[in-house]
Amino acid sequence: MKNNVFVAIRASIVFIVLCGILYPLACTGLAQLFMPSQANGSLVHNAEGEVIGSALIGQQYDNPAYFQGRVSSIDYNGAGSGSNNYGPSNPELLQRTKDSIEAWKTANPDVPVSELPIALVTNSGSGLDPHITPASAEVQIPRISKLTGLSQQQLHELVEEQTEGRDLGLFGEPRVNVLELNLKLQAMMTQ
Amino acid sequence: MGIVQIAVVLVVLVLLVKPLGTYVYNVFSNEPNRTDRIFGPVERWIYRLIGLRNREGMTWKKYAITLLLTNAALAFISYLILRIQSILPLNPNGVGAMEETLSFNTVISFITNTNLQHYSGESSLSYFSQMAVIMMMMFTSAATGFSAAIAFVRGITSRGNSLGNFFEDFVKAHTRIFLPAAIVVTMILVGLDVPQTLQSTLTVTTLEGAMQNIAIGPVASLESIKHLGTNGGGFFGANSSHPFENPNGLTNVIEILSMWALPASLPYVYGRFARNRKQGWVVYSAMMALFLVFLATVYTSELHGNPVMNSLGIDASQGSMEGKEVRFGIPQSALFTAVTTAATTGTVNNMHDTLTPLGGLVPLAQMMLNCVFGGKGAGLMNMLMYAILGVFIAGLMVGRTPEFLGRKIEPREMKLIAIAILIHPLIILGPTAIAFLTDLGSGAISNAGFHGISQVLYEYTSSAANNGSGFEGLADNTSFWNITTGLVMLLGRYVSMIAMLAVAGSFVRKQWVPETIGTLKTDNRWFVGILVGTVLIIGALTFLPAIALGPIAEHLTLG
Repeated sequence: MKNNVFVAIRASIVFIVLCGILYPLACTGLAQLFMPSQANGSLVHNAEGEVIGSALIGQQYDNPAYFQGRVSSIDYNGAGSGSNNYGPSNPELLQRTKDSIEAWKTANPDVPVSELPIALVTNSGSGLDPHITPASAEVQIPRISKLTGLSQQQLHELVEEQTEGRDLGLFGEPRVNVLELNLKLQAMMTQ
Repeated sequence: MGIVQIAVVLVVLVLLVKPLGTYVYNVFSNEPNRTDRIFGPVERWIYRLIGLRNREGMTWKKYAITLLLTNAALAFISYLILRIQSILPLNPNGVGAMEETLSFNTVISFITNTNLQHYSGESSLSYFSQMAVIMMMMFTSAATGFSAAIAFVRGITSRGNSLGNFFEDFVKAHTRIFLPAAIVVTMILVGLDVPQTLQSTLTVTTLEGAMQNIAIGPVASLESIKHLGTNGGGFFGANSSHPFENPNGLTNVIEILSMWALPASLPYVYGRFARNRKQGWVVYSAMMALFLVFLATVYTSELHGNPVMNSLGIDASQGSMEGKEVRFGIPQSALFTAVTTAATTGTVNNMHDTLTPLGGLVPLAQMMLNCVFGGKGAGLMNMLMYAILGVFIAGLMVGRTPEFLGRKIEPREMKLIAIAILIHPLIILGPTAIAFLTDLGSGAISNAGFHGISQVLYEYTSSAANNGSGFEGLADNTSFWNITTGLVMLLGRYVSMIAMLAVAGSFVRKQWVPETIGTLKTDNRWFVGILVGTVLIIGALTFLPAIALGPIAEHLTLG
């Protein structure tokens, strides 16, 4: 039995080194060597080559001329993550959604509320959702067209071009990456 | 498309069961096989390092004590690391030492394979702690559970007095299963955009010129073992809903299969040990039948959406999107929720607190039953416990002597099984009641009304089932919650594990009785029904009142 105590302690130390230090360091080394772009957070660069964010982390857009992402209780601060965790019967969920709908009406007088997709007025789980549904991009086109002077046709084409399908044509949902979409939009505006 | 993508994942899982089960059986059957040539030298080197001279068989008592000793040593060292992480290396973000009760809770949470997280990884752990404590315990706790399950199966299927050697099982679970699988899955995940780096939090200037901080780190290496070991503790607070942990539909499917394939293949492993594969398929079918009912419930409920939100006049056809990510939508979110609580992983790709009442009932109920596939080993042990109970009840009803796998079931085993079954509701409902009686407990509720009851109930159910997911709105990082859930996790893990090893210890010494015409068959379709029935009756008798006060009441009042 005494022998087993020593083996247990030695086994603990061996496995802390093996699984807790060697394994993650080896993985980091291999990842950095063979897939540095993915391993470092899929950074997005602008035309000048400066890093403007990560393709995987959503951003806050205060200018209504840009496509807006989903509701984020943490204002897309990537230092943290998460949401308010409002349960389905929570009155604050109802209030927040009603406020979002009112704000939508003011900013998008030309689009009926019945076309506003639920994804645009709900908080994502991570608070950092980089995507919106294609329908959520489409309904913003009239507003953006008015504010930027770009034609609705041009914007439709842009959204279509930026829409990603399901992975392997099967898994997940069709989606539009808001940062990449707005980056293209910015380029079109300055042309 | 929703149902098609779910069906494809289910088919892939079914196809994985046999090859994976065969492999796991070969690892633990201790019969010589081809893989010895690859792994043998590494294992002999580890045996030498840890000072294991002979690998003789252990009685159930010795097996259990050795398991506990090893877990205790790991927990003690981990606690020390968390308390002094501020002065240890690999701390580029300057994280301070973790507070006592939170460290206590975190260590227990990970050593018990629960991964309930009262901290947020981004701000509370250094990279060294993420690696040497969190990732390490994700391996060791999974290997511990796996070893216990294998020992239990050996006990009920063989004769002698040995359940095997704990250290040998523990080492082999690492070298032949978890480490190689984790390295492969890590590399696949990095290829699909999951980060793996040691640099500190990024600061970028956004498209609009604002400053944005982006937490990052060695995510992929944690992500792989988090699922393979059915651990579930996220690198980030938002867990697998965070785009760095789970960036697309394909990573979502890989994570689902990683956490599901090993638990799903364990019944097959059991069939191989029992030298009657049908025994394994019976257990597997019972698990799958229960799972499909739960999956269908959460999927339709989320697709149907929250009536309150649907009545606002917006286009709510997509379903309940609060707390969910666009890239997963309803199908991949519902599937993930069903699998994570079936396999008791506890990783989440959507916020369970925000699920519709009936959608939220599914994870809760699966954790209460705790045998629909179940975590590393625990699920199989629980299901076999129900099988023995089912034989006992059904056998007595039709006047047959209760026998299981050729051994008489006697009072000693039934007493132990009663302990293992009763401890689960006791440590869920008891603490839930205590929490409601005190301000310390009820003060943490963030959603008023019936949903608040669900929040507290969910927290203790998740702790007892060693799941680790949460209705995360609950303000649970206080001494009260850290200590009570810590104790519940400890009891939930070790009491039933030791009771089940004791059952195995008494089975292994029994005389085999020849099968007669009076023996109740346990390897046919009828027994699947008996098994499912036993699970549902016991589950309903214990938990229905509590569920009625929480999710069901909320559902009825939402209108």
